[in-house]
Amino acid sequence: MSYTQISILAVIVAVILDLFIIKTALLKRAAFWTSYAIILPFQFMTNWWLTSRNIVMYDPDVIIGIRFFSAPAEDLLFGFALILSVLSLWINLGKSSSANRL
Amino acid sequence: MLAFTVAGSFWLEIALKVRVLKRIRRAMMAIAPVAVSFLLWDAYAIANKHWYFDKQQIIGWFGPLNIPLEEYLFFIVIPLAAIMTIEAVRNVKKHWIIGDEK
Repeated sequence: MSYTQISILAVIVAVILDLFIIKTALLKRAAFWTSYAIILPFQFMTNWWLTSRNIVMYDPDVIIGIRFFSAPAEDLLFGFALILSVLSLWINLGKSSSANRL
Repeated sequence: MLAFTVAGSFWLEIALKVRVLKRIRRAMMAIAPVAVSFLLWDAYAIANKHWYFDKQQIIGWFGPLNIPLEEYLFFIVIPLAAIMTIEAVRNVKKHWIIGDEK
């Protein structure tokens, strides 16, 4: 599978986790979208650094070729899936009293 | 690469140190399954040369699955920064429901 395909799959999995499996439904929360809006510029900055300096390079055959601030568009999907799944688990752990003591 | 990735999120850790470090086990429980999943993807992408790293610009230490040390740190630092961000949003917007309120 290409980076494009896996990154789309990752977003789908993260969304299913949030809405239907863990059921935190962060996608319906203003706090999530506000957090994502804060994180996104920083993601652009770090991605730009890593890709414009060729610290990380991509096989052109596995990306669609659209780039934002030098980084492949797929990185946005990757980042979104990473953030949504971590925050969904974090909030879910906050619901249970046992994890709350940790 | 490592320095910039850490620098991009480290101020968040300082700013919200008490709130998240107090719950570091909860944070690690949220991060671990996601980090493992994404590192497996990373290993697959590295093995198939979807992306590759400039050896001159990384420390050069490789962990299991031929993944650079920086990548392992990335999947701890970035999720931590995301958790700190949503907790910061919670602190500023106290009336917003996120789902784990007591």
